[in-house]
Amino acid sequence: MNDSALGWWGVPLAILGGAIRASTPYLFVSLGECLTEKSGRINLGLEGNLVLGAMSAYAVSYLSGSPWLGVLAAGAAGMLLGMLHAWLCSYPKVNDIAVGIALMMFGAGIAFFFGKPYIQPAAPHLPAISFGAWSGSAQVRSALEINVLFVIGLGIAPLLSWFLSNTRWGLMVRTVGDSRDAAGALGFPVNSVRAVATMTGGFLAGVGGAFLSLYYPGSWNEGLSSGQGLIAVALVVFAHWQPMRCLYAALLFGGAGALGPALQSVGVTGGYYLFNAAPYVLTLLLMMATCSPERTLSGIPGELSITK
Amino acid sequence: MKALVTAAAVAFENLLIPICALLASLLLFGMFLACLGNDPFEVFHTMYRGGFGSLFSWRNTLERAAPLMLTALCTALPAQLGLIVIGGEGALVAGGLVAAMTGLVCGSFAPWFVLLAMLAAAIVAGGCWIAMTGWLKYYRGVNETIASLLFNYIAIALLNHLVTGPLRDPQSLNKPSTPPIGNANMLGDMPGLGVHWGLMFGLSACIVFYVIFFRTTFGFAVRIAGGNLRAAKIVGLPVGRLTLITCFAGGAAAGLAGGIEVAAIHGTANATLAAGYGYAGILVAFLARQNPLAVIPVALILGGINASAGLLQRTHHLPDAAVQILQGMIFMMVLFSETYYGRLQALFESRRAA
Repeated sequence: MNDSALGWWGVPLAILGGAIRASTPYLFVSLGECLTEKSGRINLGLEGNLVLGAMSAYAVSYLSGSPWLGVLAAGAAGMLLGMLHAWLCSYPKVNDIAVGIALMMFGAGIAFFFGKPYIQPAAPHLPAISFGAWSGSAQVRSALEINVLFVIGLGIAPLLSWFLSNTRWGLMVRTVGDSRDAAGALGFPVNSVRAVATMTGGFLAGVGGAFLSLYYPGSWNEGLSSGQGLIAVALVVFAHWQPMRCLYAALLFGGAGALGPALQSVGVTGGYYLFNAAPYVLTLLLMMATCSPERTLSGIPGELSITK
Repeated sequence: MKALVTAAAVAFENLLIPICALLASLLLFGMFLACLGNDPFEVFHTMYRGGFGSLFSWRNTLERAAPLMLTALCTALPAQLGLIVIGGEGALVAGGLVAAMTGLVCGSFAPWFVLLAMLAAAIVAGGCWIAMTGWLKYYRGVNETIASLLFNYIAIALLNHLVTGPLRDPQSLNKPSTPPIGNANMLGDMPGLGVHWGLMFGLSACIVFYVIFFRTTFGFAVRIAGGNLRAAKIVGLPVGRLTLITCFAGGAAAGLAGGIEVAAIHGTANATLAAGYGYAGILVAFLARQNPLAVIPVALILGGINASAGLLQRTHHLPDAAVQILQGMIFMMVLFSETYYGRLQALFESRRAA
């Protein structure tokens, strides 16, 4: 079968493949943010984690030759930024949303500062698993070429969901997130729980960044991330703070992000930039549909400053 | 007497704490540079030379401070209502884009009219852009921080779409732009200063908005709504309208910044409009503690730091991102310093009690 035989059918197929490909950073960042927000703090700076993670992953993968070390480095870098956020926010009267904005600038600044020498060289990439080897069509095969990180993310989502609802630690995170006073009365260390949640969230967001530089688009440059980290934060609101819903929402956003390239692949080139704006518009529309000034959202942690 | 001492302590605190935060972040940045093997004192000296050392660098600083003042207002004004709006970059882009389009449409009229129309269009475009965020916040309950940031990306996508597609000037090869508005229609320099009129717009906007938000009943109503939303609703303040007007005002300032960038510097709209003034403006607003008057000196300092980036790169081979790191450090320190407010006053009072 030749490639062009699919014709316009190539569009939904490319969107499906693109959804899986482009959703991975959304998935990791939103799972990380979900955990952080469940503990009652919002970290708007995960965009910075994403960019810094992408840079560290690329640099370490290039220097060591192992993409997996790169992923670990990305996670560690993200964790450090998360630690900084948690430390600053542990003081009274420090606004967590504003600290997130500051960390977004700082993380991107650090990444661009140290990332300059790695724009040119090529680093080893992460492997992919071919689920489409049975098909004769190159388009089907490329759509079902699924990266390992997505599979890992697919495992983390139910795990996080189980952790939050079925374990003692999960209960601790939720209590701290719902009422600082209640958690204090129960003797839970509020700031430490939040710090661990923010650091773990930062780790996941960093790994999401590793995907950007080591798989798709698969190189490091300063325009690598265009707000995916932020969309993921909005996506958590849309997902009502449930990890499994984060997974579905990430796929939906990945699909929206793949719309532009998919149409381009069948020859529709006009409005390329407009289609690139699809995820942002979709986020706004979904937030309009799910939020309301009158009632609070179901599943929202009571301590969260974002909806007060 | 006691009230006087308290007021003096508060004023002193408002000045002392941001300055300490600024110094602490410079110290931190110096340590960062020292770790990388640079001499921090030499780097600071270069930054001073690049920002304030000569007439040329002062001009450069002032031309950067002007848009910063305006984009800072885009965060500082909604902050009076308790909103964290960070959509200055999008409003600036929207303003610049609409200004360039207006310049094209009425290019055949008298230059003063074209200029006026361009700036007015930029104000309206930027104002509406942020008013949308305010509307979403008040009437739909959508978080304003996330919404305004998403609008930034939408504005930039719209700009890229228009300058590479329908509005592209076929002559602009490497950098897709709209057709130039023409030299006759450009905003000139202020006499004797060699700095374009944008600086005057920035200064007057800060002063006018300070008076409106801190010296009128309208501003009082806005700040009440910002302090306690429920109380404001109970006394019957039209909070929805206040939100829309305040957001419009903030967006109008940032939109004007975009219009000025087009009318005084670029002459066309292109991707360089999104140069980060919107994001640096957020930092200016927070460092100024959301006070429109304090925005003026802070914008000068930040403008100077930005202006020195080029010289830093040439003399010390530091990437431009060094300035971004410094800005991030300042921002974090300023937010961290919030925790110290009120302690000085408590100290005074405990002394008096003892």
